[in-house]
Amino acid sequence: MHESVWAYVRRNPNLLIGLVLLSVLLLFSIVGPLFVDVTNAEPLSVSPEKPPSLAYPFGTDSQGRDLLAVMVAGTPLTLRIGFLAGLLGLAVGTALGFVSAYYGGVADNVIRGIIDVSLTIPGLLVLIVVAVFLKQGLTVDQMALIVALLAWRWPARTIRAQVLSMRERTWVQVARLSGRSGLKIIFLELMPNLLPFLAAALVGAVASAILASIGLEALGLGPADSPTLGMTIYWVIYYAALLHGYWWWWLPPIAIITILFVGLFNLASGLDEIANPRLRKSV
Amino acid sequence: MTRALDSRPPRFRIVSAGGTDSKVRIDFVLKRVFMLLVLVWVAATLNFIGPRLTGKDPVRTRLLKQAVVGGYVQQGMEEMAKEYERKFGLDRPLWAQYTTYLGDMSRLNFGPSITNYPRTVNEIMADALPWTMVLLGTTTVLAFVLGTLLGAILAWPRSPRFLQYLLPPLLTLSAVPYYLLGLVLLYVLAFRLPLFPSFGGYTPGTLPALNMGFVLDAASHAALPALSIVLAALGFWALGMRAMMVTVQGEDSMIFAEAKGLKNRTLFLRYAVRNALLPQATALALALGEILSGAVLVEVVFGYPGIGSVLYNAIKDFDYYLIQGIVFTIVVSIGLATLLIDLAYPLLDPRIRYGKA
Repeated sequence: MHESVWAYVRRNPNLLIGLVLLSVLLLFSIVGPLFVDVTNAEPLSVSPEKPPSLAYPFGTDSQGRDLLAVMVAGTPLTLRIGFLAGLLGLAVGTALGFVSAYYGGVADNVIRGIIDVSLTIPGLLVLIVVAVFLKQGLTVDQMALIVALLAWRWPARTIRAQVLSMRERTWVQVARLSGRSGLKIIFLELMPNLLPFLAAALVGAVASAILASIGLEALGLGPADSPTLGMTIYWVIYYAALLHGYWWWWLPPIAIITILFVGLFNLASGLDEIANPRLRKSV
Repeated sequence: MTRALDSRPPRFRIVSAGGTDSKVRIDFVLKRVFMLLVLVWVAATLNFIGPRLTGKDPVRTRLLKQAVVGGYVQQGMEEMAKEYERKFGLDRPLWAQYTTYLGDMSRLNFGPSITNYPRTVNEIMADALPWTMVLLGTTTVLAFVLGTLLGAILAWPRSPRFLQYLLPPLLTLSAVPYYLLGLVLLYVLAFRLPLFPSFGGYTPGTLPALNMGFVLDAASHAALPALSIVLAALGFWALGMRAMMVTVQGEDSMIFAEAKGLKNRTLFLRYAVRNALLPQATALALALGEILSGAVLVEVVFGYPGIGSVLYNAIKDFDYYLIQGIVFTIVVSIGLATLLIDLAYPLLDPRIRYGKA
């Protein structure tokens, strides 16, 4: 058993790398609050603009936040935005994909048109228009909802393509001939076979959502009172931390964002490998 | 990064090579043009609904803010409010406001900028667009060419082994959003080692003109934003090309060409690269949109005087007309770019004909 797991991981190292990197971040956000006082992530709680020291290993920012506390409090917030938006996007996208591909006809034409048009719109700009009007007093969950507005597009497209290819397979036809209802076929026959695709689509949706949320936040269109990673980047730009040489202010959020995206990217390729064994690379 | 995550399915149905069916082509062109019109209409309508849905009126918000600050009313603000009232006043029914608005949009008349009143949105955009277009045009082509070449070499079995070590750093670079890479470059190459200017598009005090001195000055200001876009996009192009090269190398034509004893160079350029290039060309059109929105933040980081910085300031000041004009222009130009690439595609690949989907 151990042998085979090890053998699989050796063939699909991306999966392992992705899982390890993301677990490190999760662990950081779960264990962190036990050692760090997260109330110091609020402005004016410590003396400002101090380089890293024993008391504050990541230093402090211009508004008097302890940056280690900011990272410990902010990483789970950013993950939360990504995960909520990704889940919502996947749910809506999967529903659209199923209806479109399984029932076909007019519904398919309309839904496919919507997907195609929405995919050519640069997402960040649409989200900017939406967020501009909700600017004041956004919460983290509202941020997730905004980002989720466009998170359904790629899941809808990939799930539709998968269902289309699966719909006419013999085992689905047998189920249909034996009198199973459409919903039962969708949930009992098609869904289980789509699980790896759904997982890969979820990871992709989460990554896009996080990317979009950080972009919006860096423009100042985020939850100004929450210490998310993107808001930290916004404050870095706002206070010109770079030109003051406060390297400890921008290095941690950029490092965490990099780990996060590299982890998600590896996880997505690892899941892709499970979902599409035929894609297996020869290199 | 997300671009690499999306496993984009092919946008075209490849049907068997045969004579060109001209009727199908015209159908396709009409359908694509119709889609573009729908896209433009959706973008315009979204811009219209936004303020009305939230009840946050940009012009009135501005007036109120200035009244609160202390009686100071920006010059011309009253005029603008009146003009606005005439067009979009509450006394007019919603559909009449909407048709006036659509009329303005179709004439690409985006109205006055709220914060810089006598100046119109069109004037402000005309000043900023050349900066963005030169920066993005150059970097997109550069990243495409370099990345594609790198990807092709990476996948070629006869290239030096050490090149394989380039892959993990490339992957990491493409996973970082452009603007964050920009922040790091700014710190290292402008602050620690003052090799490049850290802010703006040209040295303050000089007047933009088309002479050698100014162009050089502008180029040195553009170097860091350009470098961050190229570095971050390089991995995307290299990975895409590498994957396509691996597929192409497995094809029979490749084995046959090799068996004929063709030169390595010919095999590489004429057989492998030529055939692997096509999906890259499609990706170029699709990437354009992402690059544009990614570059908004690069410009903000570097204070580059392009459309991204204008957008950033417009968001800060709640200059809604400016935001609306920029978003609309970018959506339309990306829609046009995708349309052009879609129509040019059969010219690039004779195997592809547009069938009815």
